[in-house]
Amino acid sequence: MKDDPRLLTEGEAEKVEMASLFLPALGRMAVCGGTHGNELSGVYLVQEMERQRKEKGDGVWPIPVTTVLSNPRAVEECRRYIDTDMNRCFSTATLSSPMTDSSPYEVQHAQELNNLLGLKGSADAIDMICDLHNTTSNMGLTLIHYSTSDWVTMHICKYLQTKITKVPVRVLVMDVPISDAYSLESVSKHGFSIEVGPQPHGVVRADIYLIMKEAVDMTIDWIHKFNSGTVFEGGDMEAFKFIKSIDYPRDPETRTLTAAIHPQLQDRDFCLLKRGDPLFLSFSGETVTYEEEGSLHPFFINECAYYEKGIAFHLAKKLTLTIPTVQVKKD
Amino acid sequence: MSSRTNISCLQEAKRVAIFGGTHGNEMSGIMLVNMWIQNAAEIERNRLVTKPFISNPRAVEKCTRYINTDLNRAFTPENLSAPDVQGLPYEVQRAKEINQMFGPKGSSDAYDVIFDLHNTTSNMGSTLILESSTDLFNLQMVHYIKKTMTPRTCSVLLNEHPQLKYSTTRSVAKHPIGLEVGPQPQGVLRSNVFESMRTILKHALDFIELFNSGVEFPPCTVEVFKVQERMDYPRDTNGNITAMVHPHLQDCDWEPLNQGDPMFLTFDGRTILYEGASTVYPTFINEAAYYEKQQAFMTTCREILAANAIRKAFK
Repeated sequence: MKDDPRLLTEGEAEKVEMASLFLPALGRMAVCGGTHGNELSGVYLVQEMERQRKEKGDGVWPIPVTTVLSNPRAVEECRRYIDTDMNRCFSTATLSSPMTDSSPYEVQHAQELNNLLGLKGSADAIDMICDLHNTTSNMGLTLIHYSTSDWVTMHICKYLQTKITKVPVRVLVMDVPISDAYSLESVSKHGFSIEVGPQPHGVVRADIYLIMKEAVDMTIDWIHKFNSGTVFEGGDMEAFKFIKSIDYPRDPETRTLTAAIHPQLQDRDFCLLKRGDPLFLSFSGETVTYEEEGSLHPFFINECAYYEKGIAFHLAKKLTLTIPTVQVKKD
Repeated sequence: MSSRTNISCLQEAKRVAIFGGTHGNEMSGIMLVNMWIQNAAEIERNRLVTKPFISNPRAVEKCTRYINTDLNRAFTPENLSAPDVQGLPYEVQRAKEINQMFGPKGSSDAYDVIFDLHNTTSNMGSTLILESSTDLFNLQMVHYIKKTMTPRTCSVLLNEHPQLKYSTTRSVAKHPIGLEVGPQPQGVLRSNVFESMRTILKHALDFIELFNSGVEFPPCTVEVFKVQERMDYPRDTNGNITAMVHPHLQDCDWEPLNQGDPMFLTFDGRTILYEGASTVYPTFINEAAYYEKQQAFMTTCREILAANAIRKAFK
């Protein structure tokens, strides 16, 4: 047996088994809701968590948790934003831009949140932000992170995939450098977005709220277990990587839509799109089909907030990530 | 039953309007009306004139329900007779304009029929909304539409309730009809919802064409859901909601709700049951726009309305 070069000796096998990555404990977590003021599951979940803290004290969770209503003015008016989309205000450039009286409300408030939870990129930044979102797209539970190599975040996602079975749980990675990452959770060291749909904006659905609550509870659970010394086995996991966006067919002069998402694509987020598959059905009855060579996976199909951004859906490539075994570094 | 002589002779319905964008974020009607403003071929008929019209263009531009106040509650006698002064809410000003163009409400000059196109976040499917149980023309039209759509279904909601009925944009016409199709999120266009609304309008215009050409429609019955009560969310002393529509009630528009059935689920996990003595049929369950109107859903009761035979009156 020793002659077969593929087989490990006992000593070598022991070494591989012990090759966990030792990572620092996570000190504090923030749960942010209402980053978009009309995405109501997160608004009500944060308010419910604050009510529980008032009633039962800080010990209601096994780890320190800060709750934040990120865009209170937008929440008050049940709108996505007042002046500009808050969840595009957290790039390093925007966070360091000088403020004037005419600066958009969300840009000013983003800098305040960076002071509270950051500073982004520094050692003082909070360890974890879970930013709560809803979508009108049929995306089930989707966990969104800006990098593919944050093992803490990837392990949390893997844990949620095993623990939550009522809906599909998918991991979406953007693969951008942290300075370019423009969303709120990038202020923290390991933050990610919890996106649950389908839910209309301005509505709270009990089934969607309960999924979001379970995702937050399981995240707190993982962090507590990790900090307490649990070894989390590595392995392969599936993720989707953002590639590009596709807009609706529009009238060249007026820019108004001339077609809607095709009924055969509607609600089929993360399916596999192949050449010839229907994408849009025009108002005059023609079908527009997918004509790219490579098969990709559509998501954020028919998200309300993306009409103004010129996006009918995004496309992603499916990948397999290999993540190492991790455990907490003991001091 | 009715004899051969019991036919109601009604005036021809020559002037018809189709309103989209009464609420600026209900997309099916907006896209249909804009399409028909560009090319009206699909809505043309020989014996009537059909005018497609965007009722609240400023709200449509901002993709919001309304600018100052809900246009679909603005057609009250007070508003319609308000003097032309500065500072009138936009929608009150607009209501007066619409009353001039398509009314005056209650007069013989008013448009014969107005279809007002709406979407809802509730799982109501295709719904036709009536404001009167005695409008024979509307009852016969609704009966024709339902029959022609079979096996696809269409519910009929009747809101004649003295306290809960409201002054709609379409109420300017002699025969007002609301078309409500859901579920569709605000600001979103779903192909299936768009096409359902388009098909219903096609059948409606076909009916009016047939009626105007002298066809007699025999006596018929129409099952309607009649508005009973508005049920609000449980709220705290600050007016904030403390519970959500229960998962067992969510999406169950038009299905019976019985005493003891789950109705709300509090944010901390407690179930609140429906305590009413009799079976009701809830609708507008979890409509986004109704949180601010203190409504989680409406209850209705089922009723069968009978309509006489009708035909066009000879001159």
